[in-house]
Amino acid sequence: MSMVKTRSRGLRGRPLATTSYAEDMTLLNTPAKRRSTFAIILVAFGLPFMLTDDLLLVLTLGLIASVGAIGLNLVTGYAGQVSLGHAFFIGLGAYTGAVLGGDPDGAVLGYGLPMWIWLPASGVVAALAGLLVGPIAVRLRGLYLAIVTLGLVFLGDHIFRESRDLTGGPGVGRRGPDLVVFGFDLNDTGPVLGVMLEREQRQFLFALIFLIVFAILGRNIARSGVGRAFSAVRDRDVAAAVIGVDLTRYKIMAFAMSSFFAGVAGALYFAVVGVFEPGTFGLLLSIQYLAMILIGGVATISGSIMGALFVTSLGRISGEIAHFMPFISTTAGSGGFLSVFQLEAILYGLLIIGFLIFEPRGLFGIWMRIRNYWKGWPFSY
Amino acid sequence: MEAFVQSVVNGLGQGSIYALLALGYVMIYKATHVISFAQPALMIAGGLYAYHFTKVFELPFWVGMVLAVLAGALTGMIVERLALRPMIGKPVFTLAIITIGIDIVLRIFANRYIGVQSKIVTYPNGTKRYELFGITISQQRLGLIAVTIVTVVALALFFRYTRAGLAMRATALDQETAMAQGIRVGVIFALAWAIAGGLAAIAGTFVAAGTAGIDQATWIIALKALPAIIIGGLDSVPGAVVGGLAVGVIEALTASYQPDVAPWLGNNFSLVAPYALMFLVLLIRPYGLFGTKEVERV
Repeated sequence: MSMVKTRSRGLRGRPLATTSYAEDMTLLNTPAKRRSTFAIILVAFGLPFMLTDDLLLVLTLGLIASVGAIGLNLVTGYAGQVSLGHAFFIGLGAYTGAVLGGDPDGAVLGYGLPMWIWLPASGVVAALAGLLVGPIAVRLRGLYLAIVTLGLVFLGDHIFRESRDLTGGPGVGRRGPDLVVFGFDLNDTGPVLGVMLEREQRQFLFALIFLIVFAILGRNIARSGVGRAFSAVRDRDVAAAVIGVDLTRYKIMAFAMSSFFAGVAGALYFAVVGVFEPGTFGLLLSIQYLAMILIGGVATISGSIMGALFVTSLGRISGEIAHFMPFISTTAGSGGFLSVFQLEAILYGLLIIGFLIFEPRGLFGIWMRIRNYWKGWPFSY
Repeated sequence: MEAFVQSVVNGLGQGSIYALLALGYVMIYKATHVISFAQPALMIAGGLYAYHFTKVFELPFWVGMVLAVLAGALTGMIVERLALRPMIGKPVFTLAIITIGIDIVLRIFANRYIGVQSKIVTYPNGTKRYELFGITISQQRLGLIAVTIVTVVALALFFRYTRAGLAMRATALDQETAMAQGIRVGVIFALAWAIAGGLAAIAGTFVAAGTAGIDQATWIIALKALPAIIIGGLDSVPGAVVGGLAVGVIEALTASYQPDVAPWLGNNFSLVAPYALMFLVLLIRPYGLFGTKEVERV
């Protein structure tokens, strides 16, 4: 009970009133937030037992993509350095994971190392690449940087295509690493701690824990001194330099941290996907991640997660829409006005435009509006 | 030596297309300080307009091209009015991302039109080749270079001698001051997008008149104008032309020499050579060869 006592703070009956900076910056600063976060996590752990396997796989990929989106949000949302090169770092992580953890007897290079090596290693390799890009970012600003990171995607695409020993080459691809956590196979079916878990359920639960760890990490970066330095660089870099923020150091840090998130997310994502080929890591992937943070909410962690879940399930959503619209064909061939894939791409485009014009704060902004409405209810105007 | 000159000439032909596209990017950047990622879609749209006018309506090539340029300019203006005008005053990053959205949407409709077969516009006597000192060039390439020169000169004269050109220069310099002088900045934005759309349509027409025509993957070449503008400097008109031609020449030279000189760079390195060149230029000159250095004020 003494734990609870120290956590209750502020003035009685006024949860929003804080008496110190540390109190103001705590992770879950109101009882309502504590309760709702607890409830969301509880529901999330219950989901594998309620949903069908195919839906669960979509959500699993969404949870892993969320980590990548948090990474992009660190560099683009918090530090304000527009990066179109996220796909490159994701690819780097995916291939590091696949090479280190891949099948040693396969057609492509693989060392068959366990997950506790390949997962952090994929993040570290991507972060090292981020360190290399950082100095360029120090010299460039705004849209110049965006175009240079765009160039990075094309160069990376070329490298991935040509390193056939590592990537299998275009059109062929390779398998990702095996999902074995401390001797525990995620692709297996069987009882875990007395509960019967199938493959999709295991993967979902692992992805959920993975996301919770990285979401807390991301939130802690954002609310610490580093995060405040990032915001200062974003808001006005010259002013930040004047008040003593080392621009070079923090820009490089932003890229390295973001790339680490991208690397681990890439490695795990494509381990779950299975076979993947170099063409995956093109400009479109970068745009998808940008769409995630724009639709979800720039410079928010919960927004990144909402956006990533939304964007990864967009394919599924457009498939469902197609069932109700007779002019949309469900096959890739011609016939009908639009195919599902074209509908999905159009939804991307329109959602990006629509959110930026009408709700620049994204899904997070919509949530804030709903929250504020009910907070003041019935005096909400 | 002959092979070298031949690949330079080929590069200049391809570089003209990049130069036209790069000019479009620079137009929009100077007027609105936004890089339009919608340029690939505008180029494809222009090429498809030309295809429709010459193949379906069976108009002569040059008439079709002029109509395509007008249609392309109109498309540019509509895009500006619908998606970008409401966003004036928002961060440029937001606007740039919106143009990505526009590009995606427009290209889906273009891909619907293209289908599986690539769309090729016939250039009058397109297969005829001229030869001089052992260097050959097709009539289509020659026409492209001529059209590019005419366009660039016309644009330069337009900026130098017309009221609208002066207004555009004033807006590029300072939007608020330009407004205070009675210039309607919104009209200037529309004009910049119209010029960019028209330039993209010229480029698109000649891409469609090339041997490969326009298929669903052609849009990617328009992105090579991005290294061109970075090399030349984002806000420099001569820089765009020089950068575009440089990118074309580098690409052609890499295509002919890299497989022998540096095979370890892999197949088709010429496709990414412009980006490698861009990195090199930026490390030495962060604002491109002709760009103006930003002055920092706190």
